[in-house]
Amino acid sequence: MFESLTERLGTALRNLRGVGRLTEENMADALKEVRTALLSADVHFKVAREFVERVRLSCEGQEVLKSVTPGQQVVKIINDELVSLLGEGTTELAQARPLKILLVGLHGSGKTTTTAKLGRLLAKRGKKPLLVACDIYRPAAIDQLEFLGRQENLPVHADRSSRDVPAIGRAGIAAAKEAGCDAILFDTAGRLQIDTDLIEEVKRLRREVQPDEVLLVADGALGQEAVNVAKAFNEAVQLTGLVLTKLDGDARGGAALSMKAITGCPIKFVGTGEKTDDFDVFHPDRMASRILGMGDVVSLVERAQESIDQHEAEKMAQKMRKADFNFEDFLAQMRHIKKLGSMESIIGMLPGMSGLKVGDEAEDKLKQTEAIIQSMTRQERLNPNILNGSRRQRIAHGSGTRVSDVNQLLKQFGQMRKMMKKMRGGGMRKMMRAMGGGGGGGMVPPGMRG
Amino acid sequence: MLSLFKRFKDGLTRSTRNLLDRTGRLFGLKKLDAASIEDLEEALHGADFGVETADAIITEIRTAYRKNPDMGGKQAAEIGAAVLRDLLRTAEASLAPAATSPTVVCLVGINGSGKTTTAAKLAHLLRAAGHRPLLAACDTFRAAAIDQLRTWAERLDFELVAGQHGADAAAVAFDAWQAARKRGHDFLLVDTAGRLHTKTNLMAELGKIRRVLAKNDPAAPHYSLLVVDASLGTNSVDQARVFHQQFGLDGIIVTKLDGTSRGGALVAIHRELGLPIHFVGLGEQAEDLQPFSADAFVAALFGLEREEIPA
Ligand SMILES: Nc1nc2c(ncn2[C@@H]2O[C@H](COP(=O)(O)OP(=O)(O)O)[C@@H](O)[C@H]2O)c(=O)[nH]1
Ligand SMILES: [Mg+2]
Repeated sequence: MFESLTERLGTALRNLRGVGRLTEENMADALKEVRTALLSADVHFKVAREFVERVRLSCEGQEVLKSVTPGQQVVKIINDELVSLLGEGTTELAQARPLKILLVGLHGSGKTTTTAKLGRLLAKRGKKPLLVACDIYRPAAIDQLEFLGRQENLPVHADRSSRDVPAIGRAGIAAAKEAGCDAILFDTAGRLQIDTDLIEEVKRLRREVQPDEVLLVADGALGQEAVNVAKAFNEAVQLTGLVLTKLDGDARGGAALSMKAITGCPIKFVGTGEKTDDFDVFHPDRMASRILGMGDVVSLVERAQESIDQHEAEKMAQKMRKADFNFEDFLAQMRHIKKLGSMESIIGMLPGMSGLKVGDEAEDKLKQTEAIIQSMTRQERLNPNILNGSRRQRIAHGSGTRVSDVNQLLKQFGQMRKMMKKMRGGGMRKMMRAMGGGGGGGMVPPGMRG
Repeated sequence: MLSLFKRFKDGLTRSTRNLLDRTGRLFGLKKLDAASIEDLEEALHGADFGVETADAIITEIRTAYRKNPDMGGKQAAEIGAAVLRDLLRTAEASLAPAATSPTVVCLVGINGSGKTTTAAKLAHLLRAAGHRPLLAACDTFRAAAIDQLRTWAERLDFELVAGQHGADAAAVAFDAWQAARKRGHDFLLVDTAGRLHTKTNLMAELGKIRRVLAKNDPAAPHYSLLVVDASLGTNSVDQARVFHQQFGLDGIIVTKLDGTSRGGALVAIHRELGLPIHFVGLGEQAEDLQPFSADAFVAALFGLEREEIPA
């Protein structure tokens, strides 16, 4: 299974705790992991190499080696570089009227479905789109577009008797004019970028209809050849944008980076399902996280930094070192964590966990823990050793839990204190893990544990 | 069969040319150097074998180069070919007829991978081998998918069983099996709707097709084949893994190898899951489907059957 970048970095930077900060050597290891992660995400070999070089320079520029949390900082730099490569912000369609859009791509990339989706989106934005069926090759391709047009209430121009694709395009424009449509979408046949006859055909279609937008529709799971595909289509028909499809799958989508890098064309839309409204404008930040397989770990790091008061954290760390950590402190820490958001939203930001349903169970567990602690007296919280059987019974009653729940919490707490004695620094993270949903898996991504 | 085999090589040669071009005629070099090894590394990664395999090959080549600095491109190619051949030793497979007729072949895969076209091509190939296939149009979901297969059936003169758009795919499969039995077809080719492996409900639907077919013949489907697009990268392995876990696969069909992608993902799939590669698709026409030959694939990839290109 594909390891997320944070996991990989976690491995590469493992010695970090001992060293205290990054050495040039483990920086090199880390960058090698970045390269492997990018390649495994289908980023093109050369693009990956150049990217790693940029990250290296950026890390040197920012003196990551001297920072307190180099691992996290590296992740953040990578993410920022990636976002800037994928394009800042979202990119709109041209403003022309009528707006003519030509959709091109390989076989089975999702052109016909995308034509219908885009038509629907434009209709929602108040345009009057017409779809033109220019795929005269694949059996029933015209039927498919007509079906989708009927379903979306969009007119479709088709000519089953014609073998002249540019003529069909021209007739489509005339039909749009007659019907008073102000957006014209041309669905074309799938073609290989090396099929000279078919590439010639789409060039002629382009010359004939003079589109305002030429969109390459590409499967989000494309491999290394994505660069050559995008390059050849761009040279043939001068692309104005890219559409990535099938992103409801679990492909990392590194091809997006390669295609953007090679053509300079913005990625404009993404397809996220088979239904016609499973269609979104493209967000570079989401794509960056996806490629890196790190969920939204960067914003989690940022939020954690914001919500934890430095001074208090220092105080806490001192207490931990002396291991005189008590339930008052525990409660305070819990509240810090809660400031990060609900369990569901935190887990959702973690790599490889976005699909995971937290259910209310873990959330309930945290609430229960809080209730138990709140049912203790201040004295009990400061000195948990005095919690005998009858006190435990009272607490269980007061918090609406069972004595076994209270016992479990105390046991966990005891273990935590033991752990604290052993550890140096990085305490906050370990503690978050210990507190996450009882004995089960931690709530901090493996890569952050280092 | 010879001409078919030739076509297989032609299709692959087209893509291999690309590999060779980009490696700066590397394999034809009389003597390698650091730069050409770097080029080779790029080419290997560009083939979608997966990082592990590409790194393994390049490591072997580097080791050999260190021992013998006079090493030529041909030798490097042979090292790479040997690694791949070894990985693909058990990758070939045939569609042997089952004990009870009809032999049921189920084509599954993600949207647009080439299932419907492959169903038609496979029918064509089976007929050429003397069989009587029946097509079952069980993609009742995608708009005009039934028409697509029906057009193929009419064009090539095959019989087809289909239901209405939106009908229960499993029910169509059941009827098709009965029809095949009654009308004496010895192969039943089931085309199914495309589904991403991440959609649990759609994956569960496939299970229903399997159960319904098993009511007719407990051993059916005899061949559940995943149709994979050669232009995809590492996600192919994830697709195969999940389809295999949830549906139980017997093999793989790799389509669109007539493009410039080298389809290295098939190596990755076979390496991880041990599934054989039954066929490769090399174009959009009925005759563009070939049994997979590991030797032809490897030789074509590394340009081993070609003449040395002068440096
Ligand atoms: N070049 C090429 N195109 C193919 C091949 N197999 C299928 N296609 C094309 O890929 C597209 C999608 O195929 P289709 O059979 O409809 O895919 P499905 O959605 O999986 O049933 C069609 O345009 C086919 O003509 C192949 O081996 N080579
Ligand atoms: Mg189909």
